[in-house]
Amino acid sequence: MNEAIEVSDLEVTFGHGTKSFKAVQGVSFTVPFGQSFGLVGESGSGKSTILRALSVLVRPSGGRLQVAGGPLPLHPPKTFRRRVQLVFQDPYASLHPRHSIDRILREPLEVHGFDRREERILQSLDEVGLPRRYRYRYPHQLSGGQRQRVAIARALVLEPEILLLDEPTSALDVSIQAEILNLLSDLREARQLTYLLVSHNLAVVAHMCDRVAIMSQGKIVEVTDSRHLRTGTFTHPYSQQLWASSQGYFRDPAVLDVG
Amino acid sequence: MNNARSWLLADQPASPLQARMGRFYTSWLALSANPLALIGLAIVVLLLLSALLAPWIAPRDAVYVQNLDGRLQPPSLLHWFGTDELGRDLFARVVHGSRITLMIVALVAIIVGPLGLIIGMVAGYVGGWTDRILMRLTDIFLAFPRLVLALAFVAALRPGIESAILAIAITSWPPYARLARAETLMIRRSDFIAAAIAQGASAPRIIRRYVMPLCMPSVVIRLTLDMAGIILTAAGLGFLGLGAQPPSPEWGAMVAAGRGYVLDQWWVSTIPGIAILLVSLGFNLLGDGLRDALDPRQS
Amino acid sequence: MTSISPEAPLLEVEGLRVSFATQRGLVEAVRGVSFAMGREKLGIVGESGSGKSTIGRALMRLVPSPGVVTGQKLKVGGKDVLSANERDLQGLRGGKIAMIMQDPKFSLNPVMRIGTQIEEAIRMHRRVTRKAARAHAMEALLAVRISNPERVYHCFPHELSGGMGQRAMIAMMLSTQPDVLIADEPTSALDVTVQAQVLAILDDLVSRRGMGLIMISHDLELVASFCDRVLVMYAGRIVETLEASALSRAVHPYTRGLIACLPRLSEASSRLQTMQRDPAWSQV
Repeated sequence: MNEAIEVSDLEVTFGHGTKSFKAVQGVSFTVPFGQSFGLVGESGSGKSTILRALSVLVRPSGGRLQVAGGPLPLHPPKTFRRRVQLVFQDPYASLHPRHSIDRILREPLEVHGFDRREERILQSLDEVGLPRRYRYRYPHQLSGGQRQRVAIARALVLEPEILLLDEPTSALDVSIQAEILNLLSDLREARQLTYLLVSHNLAVVAHMCDRVAIMSQGKIVEVTDSRHLRTGTFTHPYSQQLWASSQGYFRDPAVLDVG
Repeated sequence: MNNARSWLLADQPASPLQARMGRFYTSWLALSANPLALIGLAIVVLLLLSALLAPWIAPRDAVYVQNLDGRLQPPSLLHWFGTDELGRDLFARVVHGSRITLMIVALVAIIVGPLGLIIGMVAGYVGGWTDRILMRLTDIFLAFPRLVLALAFVAALRPGIESAILAIAITSWPPYARLARAETLMIRRSDFIAAAIAQGASAPRIIRRYVMPLCMPSVVIRLTLDMAGIILTAAGLGFLGLGAQPPSPEWGAMVAAGRGYVLDQWWVSTIPGIAILLVSLGFNLLGDGLRDALDPRQS
Repeated sequence: MTSISPEAPLLEVEGLRVSFATQRGLVEAVRGVSFAMGREKLGIVGESGSGKSTIGRALMRLVPSPGVVTGQKLKVGGKDVLSANERDLQGLRGGKIAMIMQDPKFSLNPVMRIGTQIEEAIRMHRRVTRKAARAHAMEALLAVRISNPERVYHCFPHELSGGMGQRAMIAMMLSTQPDVLIADEPTSALDVTVQAQVLAILDDLVSRRGMGLIMISHDLELVASFCDRVLVMYAGRIVETLEASALSRAVHPYTRGLIACLPRLSEASSRLQTMQRDPAWSQV
């Protein structure tokens, strides 16, 4: 088996009875080890829900998930959790406001009983390019980009094989986005990581990923590679529309008559 | 002085201790910028000091020794607050009474805070049936009228300060459980909890190390604000003769004892009454200040 | 090039400063900004902390409390904003100058129907009957291309999608016919396909009514494709003023850096350019 992630017919339903809502409706794709796969779509397309299902934060209502060569257990043991880690969109919300950077990085090490904690904390700070002297700062004493570096360090400190990235740069300034994307590229190369990247930004996905799935309303409408994403050659009209709107603003009377 | 300040406000703390102290100091700066909160703090500190130093401020004997020749004397140099109907020195009684008030406040806080916090956090974090059962239990206790339950309690056990404390504690925790639950529900949805789950942290660990530090400030604030009510309830029970029993110098009981003389010898009731008022006010002001200084939503 | 600026400026700003007193001393969010604008679309671009949103708020004197606004001149439609009292400001806000925020979810009153909110805004600035206000509100909703204004009129904000909510917000802000509209990241909470529609509506209304529009955004490309002129902010100052069409001819290294660090669909590269910030940029 050299598939890192195998998703087949995944369904996720929120709520019960008449109020239920299918966020993901029969999604299938595979990501081989070492590859970088992108999920693109607008809000409500279900792309983030897939990430949450893969990290067992939400429970699927149907379909099969295989991660790192085995089926995803309902109550995954710690050893399994370690292998798949998440980076969230908003570094302001994903770091505990009352924990120092040191504590944020130490927590996962304690949970998994890792040895050489001091060394690992310092090493992970170095790896994400944070000065060691920031170690005892609190998140509110860091900039957005630095916080996202902490979040990445927290995910990497457990030495995972798969990193699930949920809009990792959309809350950041563009100049910081470039730094974080470069960092993620470097880390992937250095550690042979598998990435599953969720984003609404086509250019970011094209830059980071080998293959891309375009999602709309809980379904994958098209799977393509980054080359086709760049040129805008698609088979599905929705992909075409998404691509067109990401090209910037044009005074186009055609778009005016919607409503 | 300047050195200590820059150490506390350092941008790059060199140790966990420095980082934590720096956070306390920032909260203190926020609190000390509020004059009303400082007045509240001063009153609470005064209460603490007078409770701690009571035997040195006023001799213990003066609290109980009766002097029927010198009863109902107005405030004078000899008796600063005057004397009561049995000729006991009111100043000594008020000072020693602060020990009782402080004990009530401390015991209720120790019982109510942790109980409400734990029940609320567990209900909020675990959810489902656990939540339903715990919250219905909370509702049951919330439905008891506090003073009436206290009366029943005291009647069933025996009148005394311990029964009063127990009765107050049992009827006081539900609002804390609700508060902690509401906070927990909000915290539970945050990404940092999702991150902790994804890293394999267990539920007890998450509650203890992630949820609790964020619930604490609001519980402490609420507790401080409620102190006034607790002191008043205790005094009320004392006034009705169901709390502290004579000759104990509990302030509520003292007000009750003086109520027959209130028209001619106003000080007998009024002075312990002022003590109750001041301490309640102090806790209220401090609580308000703490709310502004500690509110996690502001930082 | 200042050929677009017309003879009588709608908005004149000179030496605008906004400072906040904090525990660590005085922090200046805006440090001496001057510009004038006419009936044009002006973009203000910068990263977080550059002071761009603070400028927007300062123009309406809506800077939150420890903030202090000073300057040599701040005039909207010839009226002085700096010396205006609270009463004058109420007439000014909404009447002369209005603002659209990022997320309609937070800027619309959640417990009031859309129609009622728009009517209220109209009646605050014009003496009209309830009936006339209602007619104006309907008109305003039609103007933002809501095909079924009757339905939206009776909706509560949470019953609308993000794009619809933002249109309602635009309708409300334009219903009092201000001279200048400030749009602070008006589309960044919206999906890309909806973004274009909202921008098109904004564009259309502003040019048809001959208003001035200030668009505040972090997205240089978007602003350049939408506005006539762009001010680039860095650390509380304007570092460069550009004709939107001349983006590629930007001179300041910060502006050039902002353009260069974006990943692009049109060109594949293994690494993105990052910005080397020069401390001198903030000391102009």
